[in-house]
Amino acid sequence: MNSDRVSGAQEAVGPLLRTVDLTRHFRLGGLFSKRILHAVDDLAMTISEREIVALVGESGSGKTTVARLLAMVYRPTRGQVFYRGRSVHSLRSRKDLLWYRGEVPMVFQDPYSAMNPVYRVAHGVMRNLKLHRPDLEPAQRRQEAERVFDTVGLSPADDMLKKFPYEMSGGQRQRVGFAQALAVRPKLILADEPVSMLDVSIRAGILNMMASLREQESVSILYITHDIASARYVADRIVVMYAGRAVEQGPTEVVLSRPKHPYTQLLLSAVPGPREAAAPVSADSGEPPRVINPGEGCRFRQRCPYAIDECARVTPLLRPMGPVHDAACHVATPDSVEAGVAATRDG
Amino acid sequence: MPELLLEVDDLSVSYLTETADIRAVEGVSLSLRSGEFLGIVGESGCGKSTLLFAIAQLLSPPAEVVSGRVQFKGKDLVTLTEGELRHVRWRDYSVVMQSAMNALNPMKSIAAQLADTIRAHTRMTSDAIRTRSAEVLHLVGIDAAHLESYPHQLSGGMRQRAMIAMALLFTPQLVIMDEPTSALDVVAQRSLMTKIKELQTELGFAVIFVTHDMSLIAHYSDRVMVMYAGQVAEIGETDSVFGRPLHPYSKGLLDAFPSIRGPRRPLTGIPGTPPDLARPPAGCRFQPRCSEAMPACSTIRPELYVVGSSDVRCLLYAEEQRNAV
Repeated sequence: MNSDRVSGAQEAVGPLLRTVDLTRHFRLGGLFSKRILHAVDDLAMTISEREIVALVGESGSGKTTVARLLAMVYRPTRGQVFYRGRSVHSLRSRKDLLWYRGEVPMVFQDPYSAMNPVYRVAHGVMRNLKLHRPDLEPAQRRQEAERVFDTVGLSPADDMLKKFPYEMSGGQRQRVGFAQALAVRPKLILADEPVSMLDVSIRAGILNMMASLREQESVSILYITHDIASARYVADRIVVMYAGRAVEQGPTEVVLSRPKHPYTQLLLSAVPGPREAAAPVSADSGEPPRVINPGEGCRFRQRCPYAIDECARVTPLLRPMGPVHDAACHVATPDSVEAGVAATRDG
Repeated sequence: MPELLLEVDDLSVSYLTETADIRAVEGVSLSLRSGEFLGIVGESGCGKSTLLFAIAQLLSPPAEVVSGRVQFKGKDLVTLTEGELRHVRWRDYSVVMQSAMNALNPMKSIAAQLADTIRAHTRMTSDAIRTRSAEVLHLVGIDAAHLESYPHQLSGGMRQRAMIAMALLFTPQLVIMDEPTSALDVVAQRSLMTKIKELQTELGFAVIFVTHDMSLIAHYSDRVMVMYAGQVAEIGETDSVFGRPLHPYSKGLLDAFPSIRGPRRPLTGIPGTPPDLARPPAGCRFQPRCSEAMPACSTIRPELYVVGSSDVRCLLYAEEQRNAV
């Protein structure tokens, strides 16, 4: 471990990763086009050590753009990402970039296309070890590869390392994805829909593995998903995104039991459950929001049953609904107010 | 009781390759009455889509029906020629494919694609075609203005609705759906399911609905069939399959879903992976992954045993059946 890493670790005060006004726009059409797609706008989120945060939203809500911003695939249009207090997008030297990418690796959605089919699965892990942990001897590398394969439940690791991707099932490949990430001794794994391509009977295993990685390897995980039920299963905290904006965030159980934003409420009512009675059906047909030149105002207002005039004029910002619970809605009433009203009524 | 519309009898489908005979569907029997909603659930590779293609007679080589019958309105679809099928297909039964993104032609407007379908199966004046197209779009909740739209101008949910509109052009008695909602977001998915159910009640067609998501059909289907490794694992009334699943695989599937309501319980999932159909395990096909497997399971191939209103392929119930007889 070099001295830089140590000093980096000592800087860690507060959250592991923090975004400030993180914004990414894409220009559609030619250079002078006026059509701007607002993929992510003014995102402020934090991820603490050993925390699993779920970023939940439908397709097109900007959640993958967030992952790519954090993984430095995209540069932000505006705003910043701070990792252990350092601004990520101003890292320049090869050493710093390697350091960040080693601490914050990504696991991809599609385990079928995320691996090179002509190499054995050991290749990816060994390469990561060589690149990010050059101090290891070849024999140690092999040992370490076996250790991470065991950790993600691919055993016997010795045999598994020799397989080609086509010899593995989707669930096993996704475990290889996590093993590759683990090999670099990460602090935060960015997992972009890691279970959405897998069969239901396999998903539970991967979700359980994510939870145990946090326990055993002390990593934080950003779990990006459209499936709010699986988010509830693994995550400590949930951030709900809609049309590029965070509309609600808070501890998982608080958000799910007392959803404040009308979109979160709609999302929860639409989730099917095999063993629950059907919730009443709303008239909403699930039409996607406008994210090209969206203008001012709440982006959910066209679908919102509670929309007031203000919603069209002023973009709602996240404001406290409870001690650690925020929602971006003009109409939502904070917990304390409700409690206060209830108290007056009781009195 | 409504009349019997479709009867699949001991249907087997193989993918014949140079080296192997992969039996994707083995000995599946099922019956469907007019206006009934049958859900077929299973994981990828369990043969559910192959079964559906076999019923609709849409298989192409190397897939082939090796035995069994598909009796639809008194005719065995397996023995019909392509020419004879043309009179039945789309008029009496239609198919909604999984991905509307790929199933619609990106170069043609919705109106042109609906007109193509109509012209392929009947003679109609342009005016009549236009009227009928507008009617079916209206049925699925799309404004007739979208007749001139191209697929890329519609949202995923609307495209899938347009596919359903196309399937309803001739008001068929059976609509076969292959995961029509799997590419949609939960809210759009919910809205589409509600629409399908509404249309079914209104027009009275029967539905075979294939999905990997068991929770999706819980509130919509009359009966559920659970498939595993090409075979029927369990088939029964929706309420009993969800309320009291019999096959260890059905139980496992139900327990694999995290829930958003009620207490958080640990999920177990199902260990292992589905078998390679070129070399299915001896005895019960689920036995290598089963938590309730007995020694007999690795040697005896279980049949479908009748338990209450369900049929289940599991040796746990062999005894029960014998006692009942």
